[in-house]
Amino acid sequence: MSAGASSWSFREDDAQRLQVILTRFLRDASARTALIVDRTGQLVATVGETPVFDPTAFASLTAADFSANDQLARMLGEPEFGVLFHQGERESMYLADIARRVILVVLFDNRTTLGLVKLRVKPAVGELNQLFAAMFERDGAAAAGPGMATEFVGEAEDEIDKLFGA
Amino acid sequence: MSMINYASREINCKLVYYGPGLGGKTTNLEHVYNKVAPGSRGKMISLATETERTLFFDFLPVDLGSVRGFKVKFHLYTVPGQVYYNASRKLILKGVDGVVFVADSQIDRMDANIEAMQNLYENMAQYGYDMTRIPFAVQYNKRDLPNAAPIPELQAALNPGWPVSDAVRQRLVQDPYHEGEYLTFQHDGQWIERAMYFEAVALTGDGVFDTLRAISKSVVKALG
Repeated sequence: MSAGASSWSFREDDAQRLQVILTRFLRDASARTALIVDRTGQLVATVGETPVFDPTAFASLTAADFSANDQLARMLGEPEFGVLFHQGERESMYLADIARRVILVVLFDNRTTLGLVKLRVKPAVGELNQLFAAMFERDGAAAAGPGMATEFVGEAEDEIDKLFGA
Repeated sequence: MSMINYASREINCKLVYYGPGLGGKTTNLEHVYNKVAPGSRGKMISLATETERTLFFDFLPVDLGSVRGFKVKFHLYTVPGQVYYNASRKLILKGVDGVVFVADSQIDRMDANIEAMQNLYENMAQYGYDMTRIPFAVQYNKRDLPNAAPIPELQAALNPGWPVSDAVRQRLVQDPYHEGEYLTFQHDGQWIERAMYFEAVALTGDGVFDTLRAISKSVVKALG
């Protein structure tokens, strides 16, 4: 049994590969923004137009949305809902599971169609699955901390005292 | 912990406030929201019913600032107190880095406290998380009420501790927050370790930051 969730790290080269895959996808699908959200509610990366909303809150709600729908799927006897779609008058979002650990969120508007997004997202999801599966495998044995344990902890504790009033 | 983002140089830590219904979990977060400088915290999100009972969760991101080149953030969550929302409670625990159990000190809420504590252990075990190793604090809230149970009674019922079999950890550890008390100690020849605890009146803010400061430090230590 582990102390907590298994660790993983997202590196510069991961970000670059992700950027390549998602930039191509956004162009092909005429979608605006793609976000990668960890299932625990953390924003991992954003590609495309910078969102105007609070991305931290958005990531937390996305993870909750996906998790709640996972439970609904199980009630229906499905192992999961691999994709979700929320349609608005102008803005819509399409969510897809990646490697059971992260979520791809695609934001798009009336300049494209759901059909085109669905068509283009499939190969992108395939590539992302491979990319993230490799990342999780690499970090399976617990990712290293910021590599400066003692100093890092000491400074972080000072900041905690400042922010939360010692 | 769940993820270190080297690309954006961010570390996000997830703290979950757990406990029985109407125990003061949301009140803890509201106090933090009101007292932390607006520049250091994000928007507070509450998914609540019309009667302001937490339906899914409350969420408050707090920004610790930059530490050794990493932006460190704490994401504070509460879970719904009522047992029939267990599915939502469990979802929020996913990827948790530290847990605060907010107990209601009132004598007549003892059963609800015990039930919620058992439920916490069960839900954590289902994810494969070990409650004896994850940063964990118990907050005894509503200490100002006349029917609040004495601390030793609450400790015996909710935080009796767990046996320590690892020889390295079998040593006397003083409770840094309570003079003359211990977090690891021997009892009837058996080494016992228990979670740190705090007294609070969340409504006035008493003890809220003491708890948050302690659990945040435990989480940061666990990163190293």
